[in-house]
Amino acid sequence: MRELKLMKGNEAIAEAAVRYGVDGYFGYPITPQSEVMETLMAMRPWETTGMVVLQAESEVASINMLYGGAGAGKRVMTSSSSPGISLMQEGISYIAGAELPCVIVNVVRGGPGLGTIQPSQSDYFQSVKGGGHGDYKLIVLAPSSVQEMADFVGLAFELAFKYRNPAMILSDGVIGQMMEKVEFDEYKPRWTDEEVVKNNPWGTMGKTPDRERNIITSLHLQAHEQEAQNIKLQAKYKEIQEKEVRYEEFMCEDAEYLMVAFGSAARIAKKSVEMARAKGIKAGLLRPITLFPFPFKEIDAFSDRVKGILVPELNAGQMVEDVKLAVNGKVKVEHYGRMGGMIFSPDEVENALEELIIGG
Amino acid sequence: MIDVKDIIKPENLVFKKSKLLLDTPMHYCPGCSHGVVHNLIAEVIEEMNIQSETIGVAPVGCSVLAYNYIDIDWHEAAHGRAPAVATGLKRLLPDKFVFTYQGDGDLAAIGTAETIHACNRGENITVIFINNGIYGMTGGQMAPTTLEGMVASTCPDGREHSRDGYPIKISDLVAQLPGTCYVTRQAVHTPGAVRKAKKAIRKAFENQKLKKGLSLVEVVSTCNSGWKMSPVAANDWMAENMFPFYPLGDLKDE
Amino acid sequence: MGKVRGAIVVDIERCKGCGLCVVACPTDTIVLADEVNGKGYHYAKMGNPEACTGCTNCAMVCPDSCITVYRLKPEKSK
Repeated sequence: MRELKLMKGNEAIAEAAVRYGVDGYFGYPITPQSEVMETLMAMRPWETTGMVVLQAESEVASINMLYGGAGAGKRVMTSSSSPGISLMQEGISYIAGAELPCVIVNVVRGGPGLGTIQPSQSDYFQSVKGGGHGDYKLIVLAPSSVQEMADFVGLAFELAFKYRNPAMILSDGVIGQMMEKVEFDEYKPRWTDEEVVKNNPWGTMGKTPDRERNIITSLHLQAHEQEAQNIKLQAKYKEIQEKEVRYEEFMCEDAEYLMVAFGSAARIAKKSVEMARAKGIKAGLLRPITLFPFPFKEIDAFSDRVKGILVPELNAGQMVEDVKLAVNGKVKVEHYGRMGGMIFSPDEVENALEELIIGG
Repeated sequence: MIDVKDIIKPENLVFKKSKLLLDTPMHYCPGCSHGVVHNLIAEVIEEMNIQSETIGVAPVGCSVLAYNYIDIDWHEAAHGRAPAVATGLKRLLPDKFVFTYQGDGDLAAIGTAETIHACNRGENITVIFINNGIYGMTGGQMAPTTLEGMVASTCPDGREHSRDGYPIKISDLVAQLPGTCYVTRQAVHTPGAVRKAKKAIRKAFENQKLKKGLSLVEVVSTCNSGWKMSPVAANDWMAENMFPFYPLGDLKDE
Repeated sequence: MGKVRGAIVVDIERCKGCGLCVVACPTDTIVLADEVNGKGYHYAKMGNPEACTGCTNCAMVCPDSCITVYRLKPEKSK
């Protein structure tokens, strides 16, 4: 029996985490996502599921607390917003290098620098192209509703543990702050310590006589060993690319013009598609749900079918580069963006379709 | 006349390295204090019979490879972040023994915030702090704990406070915090000092069982390679120069 | 009353010849060998075995834990 609630996206993340059986949340306050930790503290899950919630002294500390908890095989997560996520990049790189599962929520605000507290999608590159040092990738999920904020907590943990890889929920201030109805699964119990050991035999739960010691490290001093680790990581990313692409199509069956948008921009673009259709323009929307793995093939499949692709984003043009890579010059691709916390309206995007793609 | 062969028999054994200290040869320079402290930690874990309940957190620095030497589960942290990693581990595994092993650069420079806040939260962990006043692994640069006048590759004319600031007494600092229960400064340069250091490490681990807060054991150590001295001369130099500024003994025991 | 007799066994290949055991030994039992081990270190050895009392001081300060110490019970060492 699913339970229906009305709440903010940030609150939904917290509620879903407790219900999913997350073991630990470590975070630091930053607008526009502070409700995640506030909601968790108000829920007092340590009294019910036993979940640990701790306010760290910095984002640097919170990601490293995740690193420790993830190393033991526990389900751990954090949330922050852009400047805080920048601070976490060192730890994220270590976690990716050591191949540990964890979930990081980024409720993006405008940048660069201290920027603004208003919503933006300007952390796409940081999320899908690396962010920290070294050749690594995060699994990146982009919710476009409060329901998806809730649902993607569990999905992110499943993918993170399946591939022993950090997963990111790349949201923004729109989805984090807006209220919608959201249905929740029933509470699941946390893994017992025995289950943690059984499910994650690599974890640092203490060396028992029946096994060799477990070492969590991203250090490979010998070049050939580091390369072997890199080859292993790349093989994993290839497998994720092949198996885990998720996306949504909206009015694409007969589309002559395609929009590709993610997260909050996709909500707006959906309305723009309807407005274009009302004018007789056969528009459609493809919404990547996984930003890594990116739906390259699925977008390329439209290359022969559509006359042009518009990529509306709340940034200066980031995902548009991947869309161009996907179609590789076979069809015209244009970006339309607003920045710094400004949000485009549906008719702005519909106009952009007419001007940049149809008329351009 | 008793032959040596008659003495070297299992029934006469009085000292051998801890069973938990692996046979892997240590990468440390000849005479380095790290090896002594590694063996003391292994002995304490062995004597407390907590091998299956102990997780070590290794730093970045010379002891980055500490996990190669003691037969327990290990987590290698980023530079300075060991107390945060240990916090994550301990909060999720409150009944296990979690310790960090950190040098002065790791604990008192890049990781100062993590150190102070783990102390201030009273995390029930043990921190082993090797203070040799220099960055050993990167080749002998000035550390936060380098003494005034002491030569390092980034203060070739000696540390000068108007340019380099003062050496930091991080143990004195964290002893002020209510979250620490035991802060002590030890050394391992003589058999007597080794005995005392072992007792201190043992107490620091026992405190985890009692959930009294954070225990920090500073070990004033030598880095004879970095100091450019023989191991024996380094011990003498440490006693003469380091101990007056970093006096041995308990700073706090509650 | 007979003197307490002891002996040490040095894991020669583990020894790095740092000499800290030589200084720690109260009875001047230990010397660094003229020969070198596989790594080129002048390893520690008993130069004066009769003097060893098995006090364990050398083993305690050894950074490479390469010294094992034996001691005869006093009644046997008469």
